[in-house]
Amino acid sequence: MSTEQAIETYREGARISDVDALVVDGLSVYYETEGGTVKACDDVTFTLKQGERFALVGESGSGKTTLAMALMRLTRPPGHIAKGSVLLYGHDLTKLTDDEMRKARLSEIALVPQGAMNSLNPIMRIGKQVVDGLLDHLTDDQSTPGKEELDDTVRDLLTRVGLRPGVARLYPHELSGGMKQRVAMAIGISLQPKLIIADEPTSALDVVVQRQIMQTLGRLQEGLDASIMLVGHDMGLVAQFADTIGVMYAGKLVEVGPVEEVFSDPKHPYTKLLIGSLPSLQEKREFLGIPGLPPELVALPPGCAFADRCPSSFDRCSVDIPEKLNIGSRRDVACHLYEGEAQS
Amino acid sequence: MTEQTQAVENSSPSSGPSIIRIITGIFGHFLVKRFLFFLFVVWLASTVIFIIPRLSGQDPVKEKLLLEAQRGGAMQTGLDAMAKHYQKRFGLDQPIWIQYSNFLNDLAHLNLGVSIAFFPRTVNDIVFESLIWTLGLMGTVTLLAFVLGTLAGAILGWPRRPGWIQYVFMPLLTLAAIPQYLLAMILIFIFAFKLGWLPLFGGYAAGTLPELSFAFFIDVIKHAILPAFAILFSVVGFWAIGMRGMMINMQGEDYMIQADAKGLKGSRIFMRYAVRNALLPQVTGLALVLGTIVTGQVLVERVFSYPGIGDILFQAIRLSDFFVIRGIVIVIILGIAGATFLLDVLYPLLDPRIKVGKS
Repeated sequence: MSTEQAIETYREGARISDVDALVVDGLSVYYETEGGTVKACDDVTFTLKQGERFALVGESGSGKTTLAMALMRLTRPPGHIAKGSVLLYGHDLTKLTDDEMRKARLSEIALVPQGAMNSLNPIMRIGKQVVDGLLDHLTDDQSTPGKEELDDTVRDLLTRVGLRPGVARLYPHELSGGMKQRVAMAIGISLQPKLIIADEPTSALDVVVQRQIMQTLGRLQEGLDASIMLVGHDMGLVAQFADTIGVMYAGKLVEVGPVEEVFSDPKHPYTKLLIGSLPSLQEKREFLGIPGLPPELVALPPGCAFADRCPSSFDRCSVDIPEKLNIGSRRDVACHLYEGEAQS
Repeated sequence: MTEQTQAVENSSPSSGPSIIRIITGIFGHFLVKRFLFFLFVVWLASTVIFIIPRLSGQDPVKEKLLLEAQRGGAMQTGLDAMAKHYQKRFGLDQPIWIQYSNFLNDLAHLNLGVSIAFFPRTVNDIVFESLIWTLGLMGTVTLLAFVLGTLAGAILGWPRRPGWIQYVFMPLLTLAAIPQYLLAMILIFIFAFKLGWLPLFGGYAAGTLPELSFAFFIDVIKHAILPAFAILFSVVGFWAIGMRGMMINMQGEDYMIQADAKGLKGSRIFMRYAVRNALLPQVTGLALVLGTIVTGQVLVERVFSYPGIGDILFQAIRLSDFFVIRGIVIVIILGIAGATFLLDVLYPLLDPRIKVGKS
């Protein structure tokens, strides 16, 4: 383990500096529906250092993607950012005008979507889809680059993600899932963003391709000195890739901590069950699940959202919403069980 | 409608030119395949039109002569002789397979026969003359309606449009619910009858003869305005509603979300991502509609006494002019099959996912 890291990580070659890249404070995304307010993402607070890999995990509907979209201010009506701030190197993204935010996307904060799905325009050549992002981010004093210059840029980007330059002339349907994912990454890094949000970049890919994609993504991120927020539910992948992990449940970030610590010593009962449910090579045993279902986000119970399913719940859990407690270096948990250990 | 076809690679000259290979190559080619299919459809449809009237067991010539005789109260002697004469004239005394081969032969030479009601004018003449009027009016209106309707639908289906737009377009689209002939009569009543701004009926002023002059051109335009608007209003709504639906569906596509995440300008997302993709089914619709415009608008053309193919079809049916009806039906078949063929050929250019030929 290298000592110069700003935060604890076992990742080789990591260069994490003590600069706050992303500071999310109390971010809440609400959907106003006829049935009431759906708190898809409620009071989420976390910090990412420059060069850090942060993984956001949680089951479907826990608000991971809602959070990722809110960071890019891509929340669509009836959803809206109800409160909170998103500071990217000190600039509050929630305060930018729409056009400033548009320019910040891709150049400051880039989304790498599930490329294997439908994220590329089916009737546009790959090269063109890489280029249009560049063209729409030219500043007023920049002249439109010539065709050859653009071709060179595209060739360079495709090579960096491990694709033949010839891919630029193809259409999305002519590519495999893995190739499309690489294209999505090429677009994502085309303007050297400071933060890359990768939303389940490897789902729908087979494990061999998954590994290659994650390696490429990691290499690109290190090359750019960018931070990365990985959204996913593949715990194994997260364990290998990330420095820090955040666990979401019912729109709340219930636990944050260094990957090794959270896996070896999970604190929140939900995290414990989540990690306990992973199959192990050492022992053959029944699959373990978490009994019950996540609550309806429109009608959350008064106390902790996990109380009904929690094996360690006690009276207070169904009354008070647990606050986020700091229980160690970069180690937060929102659970009444740890009130005694909290460091203030 | 479209299919993946493998074009045969250039046959290697070293092995000698294999005739069979070249022939299968030609027949395997996408365009040739589509064209052969086009011919097949035309042949099949024509054969059906050939057979169906003959199943009725009626003798069109005799019917016609009887009708004339009753109407005129003329003597009925010699009717059979006359019928025989006409049947010979129309080739109806021949065995059926000879009639059929004559029919196909005429069809291949685009000879649609002679009109009964307007004897001795040929069906070709009658159909061709009215087709020009119909194509001029309907062709223009259809394309105009497509462009306007698609544009309106695209804007209406765009979430970032200015809010007031729907208050302008939506009432306009309700006009689509009014039947065309009714709208035609309302327009005639207001603009031709009450206000007298535009002519009441016809394709050109009565008493003038079609000629190539500026004055005649203006006259034709004046006569076309009301029928054009009667059709336009209803058809614009049709295109707009379809396009609007496609645009709204488009918003849920992953690549639309990704286009936003790429920080693209709104105008680029609108044109290159949303409209360009939403347009594909619209184009299919346009091709199919283009195929049917040769049928004319029977009701609208009737209301305006517009000299188009719809009006001729109406008259031909009224006068049981079988050969003209058949001629018009054949033109409709050619129109629809031709439009489908054109669509098959052009669609791969619009949508790269539909690819033909080269492997």
